[in-house]
Amino acid sequence: MTTQTPNARRVFLQRLLAGSAAAGVFMVYRQPVMAALKGANETTQAAGHDYAFVVDISRCIGCGQCVRACSIENEVPEGQYRTWIERYVVTPDGVHVDSPQGGMHGFDEVDEALASEAINSFFVPKLCNHCAEAPCIQVCPVGATFRSPEGFVLVDPEHCIGCSYCVQACPYGVRFINREKHIADKCTWCYHRVSQGKLPACVTVCPTQARMFGDLNDPDSQVARVLQEDNWDVLKPEAHTASMCLYLGLPRVVV
Amino acid sequence: MLPNESLVNFFFPNEAEIHWSLMIVIYPYITGLVAGAFVVSSLYHVFQIRAFENIARFALVAAFSFGLFAAVPLLFHLGQPFRALNIFFTPHTTSAMSVFGYVYSSYMILLMIELWLVYREYFIQKAQETQGIPGRVWKILTLGVMDYTPESARVDHKLTTFLAAIGIPWACFLHGYVGFIFGSVKANAWWATPLQPIIFLMSAIVSGIAMLMLMYAFIRWRTRQAYDFPMIQKLMGFLWGFFIIDFFLEGLEIVYVAYEHGHHWSVIGPLLSGPLYDTFVIGQVLVLSVVPFLTLGYITIFKPWGKGLLYLANLASLLLVLQVLFMRFNVVVGGQLISKSDRGFTEFHFEFLAREGVVPAVIILSAPFVVFYIISRLIPVLGDAPDTE
Repeated sequence: MTTQTPNARRVFLQRLLAGSAAAGVFMVYRQPVMAALKGANETTQAAGHDYAFVVDISRCIGCGQCVRACSIENEVPEGQYRTWIERYVVTPDGVHVDSPQGGMHGFDEVDEALASEAINSFFVPKLCNHCAEAPCIQVCPVGATFRSPEGFVLVDPEHCIGCSYCVQACPYGVRFINREKHIADKCTWCYHRVSQGKLPACVTVCPTQARMFGDLNDPDSQVARVLQEDNWDVLKPEAHTASMCLYLGLPRVVV
Repeated sequence: MLPNESLVNFFFPNEAEIHWSLMIVIYPYITGLVAGAFVVSSLYHVFQIRAFENIARFALVAAFSFGLFAAVPLLFHLGQPFRALNIFFTPHTTSAMSVFGYVYSSYMILLMIELWLVYREYFIQKAQETQGIPGRVWKILTLGVMDYTPESARVDHKLTTFLAAIGIPWACFLHGYVGFIFGSVKANAWWATPLQPIIFLMSAIVSGIAMLMLMYAFIRWRTRQAYDFPMIQKLMGFLWGFFIIDFFLEGLEIVYVAYEHGHHWSVIGPLLSGPLYDTFVIGQVLVLSVVPFLTLGYITIFKPWGKGLLYLANLASLLLVLQVLFMRFNVVVGGQLISKSDRGFTEFHFEFLAREGVVPAVIILSAPFVVFYIISRLIPVLGDAPDTE
């Protein structure tokens, strides 16, 4: 039996409860409070860059250089893709889509039967859209994935627990669990190159300039002009992800 | 039949591999058993359903045994299991998954406190009777509280009732949030529905009740004890009621999606008539839902007794524990079969000895029963004395 007075016990329990509640509130609200204390993203964005990507469907020839360059530059494991090319062949009866090995080695010729039915055909490069309202960031249980003020959606390789929730949440299928590192992985818009004043690898090697990358805050950049001309589309607009990958000449059949 | 006028089966290159496999199928299954068993215990402690008085303790011990292993499938699944504690240190609160660590651990604490309150009289008795190391273990279990007066028993009862009462919404949270994890993913047409948390919760309760029935029947059979037929009747009645709600909600979801005939149906229709036809239409619905539905209806309306009741109750319960397992499989894996390209399906392959293989899954699913068995030999679970045979 305790020798403390009932009052002392009650005070102790009250303090314990209050302390636990405070700790709980702190744990829950730590991130937004710290973010607010550091200052809003909007101000740093205005002072700095606001990157976007543009894909011009009419220019892509499906050579696969971008897929190869990305794979080499970012040491992407075989069979996994930070970017890929899809080939669409549209016929009156339906649409034929394929992406052999992500289009890494180009495409074999379409067979004659399909070619004779085709009314339209084109290539669609795909990559992470670095969405301004990314569902992948929303669902990460430990906050390992985040959006930088300049618009890069990145994964903290030291913090990711590899739960794959972000892979499930991405409407565009651009994420995967890196087979060698066992963490979430995806296109980073070659952050390591852009931060050194270079362009992403895929943009650098594209022979037809189907891929473009730039700063929306730079009025002379191609991407800023594309944005302003307002002739662009995004993939799955109904998902409301505020995708920052703008497509020019995107056919209706593309998902 | 391929979705959206696709001429060939197409899926995005990264979709060749299914990321949430058997471990994520059995995780909600195990937490569902925990929630379901706890609800049965609470039906007595909170709602005073007299028929369940003799199985209330048994249900709590079962809930605890299942609960011990709830996190194990997740540890097997994580790409970085040694970083699992990040979920405690840096919970990202926009993610439903971030609450797992706190909800699960607080629920296990609640369960342990409830178990202690229910069993402390026995702990005190054993501590006073036994000597040596076992005696010390019993002493530790009493947490130093050695008196059991009518006054303290009254306090125990009030606390037990209170904990059982808050335990119900807490169990609902423990399992409902899993439904939210799936239901809130707009990228997955099969998962995304606001009904998902309640569907998961109702099927969890169904699985818990059915599993308790099977365990009860097995234990009574092995220990050659009498069956409590009034209790079985009442239990089957509740099982039927919860299953009606569960089956109705699962069906409603599909009827809605089909009637809406929108984007979701464009991929779900081909999914259910294609890759998921066997496990969903034939397995989950026709065999594992319709048959137990009719069986339980028969039990509840015509009130069979004795061996007849026993066989029918066991049949219905066995089919329903399988139904819920099939449901988890069909939701978790089925949803991932749909390509986000809307133009085809990917494939699921069972692995056996791999990290998310059948063998580890079976071992993890069996472990709670082993623990339950060990516990039942030490403390009285069904009846007044532990099973020492």
